[in-house]
Amino acid sequence: MLKNFFPNKILSLQNKTINILVLFLLIVLIIGILYSFFLSPPDYVQGNSVRIMYVHVPSSFISLGCFAFLGIASIINLIFKIKFLPLISKSLAPIGCIFSLISIVTGSLWGKPTWGVWWAWDARLTSMLILFIFYLAYICTWKLIDDYEKANKISSSIAIIGLFNLPIIKYSVDWWSTLHQPSSITLTSAPTIHYTMLIPLLVMLLGMTIYSIIVFLIRYKIEILKFKINKKKD
Amino acid sequence: MLSKKVKPRIFFLFILLISIAILIFIILKSLEENVVYFFSPTEIYTKDSISFDKKIRVGGLVKKNSIEKNNTTINFVITDLKKEIIVSYTGLVPNLFAEGKGVVAEGKLEDKKYFIADKILAKHDENYMPPEVKKALDN
Repeated sequence: MLKNFFPNKILSLQNKTINILVLFLLIVLIIGILYSFFLSPPDYVQGNSVRIMYVHVPSSFISLGCFAFLGIASIINLIFKIKFLPLISKSLAPIGCIFSLISIVTGSLWGKPTWGVWWAWDARLTSMLILFIFYLAYICTWKLIDDYEKANKISSSIAIIGLFNLPIIKYSVDWWSTLHQPSSITLTSAPTIHYTMLIPLLVMLLGMTIYSIIVFLIRYKIEILKFKINKKKD
Repeated sequence: MLSKKVKPRIFFLFILLISIAILIFIILKSLEENVVYFFSPTEIYTKDSISFDKKIRVGGLVKKNSIEKNNTTINFVITDLKKEIIVSYTGLVPNLFAEGKGVVAEGKLEDKKYFIADKILAKHDENYMPPEVKKALDN
């Protein structure tokens, strides 16, 4: 499994694989969008504004997942110094960053018609904003610091510190009183979303995950090429 | 199995991670008053150091049959099923504001049982279902 992420494997990745993934993405997204906009029912309290959930929740999932990878990969990276690991994190970071921004913006659009405000400084919203800032900090260290080893160390430290923010985001709604509602989908109990709304949510999650994988593969390939060119220069 | 270079790295990183975790825990614990978005009526009732001059937020459920509308002024009761607090507010309320539903009021305490709000936020729960299912459940 891990072998597939070795630089040589990625470089030999054909455009065909990406094209197949894009085709798959289009099919899933079309089904997901049709389902979430037309086939799924409105909510009994929120009416049609519940449809924002089908973009908001998958984006949040992906941004949290990407950062979890960044943090754990950074720990392994600082200990074992695996060459290609920072390249993977580096290509994942912008994806997670953009999805955390999408999550915040759609959340804001959802907050106005339901809560009555665009933004509230409650624990969930604030910790999500902090996640976005961690992503920016991580990306900026790579952009601003020219020395590879130095950038690698600093960005890894940022990702590791940011890792502590993830349980805070996840459990903020349980630990403190927040304006944001508690999680509807948990590992321990049945989801509190009716299945007619859960299906489009999962389809959208699948679609956005495939999108992230495609973007990741392209970015990762570019990062490896850049890395090899820089090595030759030295 | 682990080389001599790797062992101290693991050791230092482990210590670093634990200290960061403790640090964050202490910070959040000491800031708890500010991290919570609102107080429940019970918390307001039991707290000694509650401020009457500063803006605070009270949250809970809107008590059934407690909403009284009077021109643009609206009076209702926030309850956490143990203690209650009367809220008075002038202005428009969010669409989701309703009896039996979650609410957060922002404003100042007049006394421990009376709250003058200048902002009302509706809070919804984690249950999502179509209206027909809700009807079927209620019957």
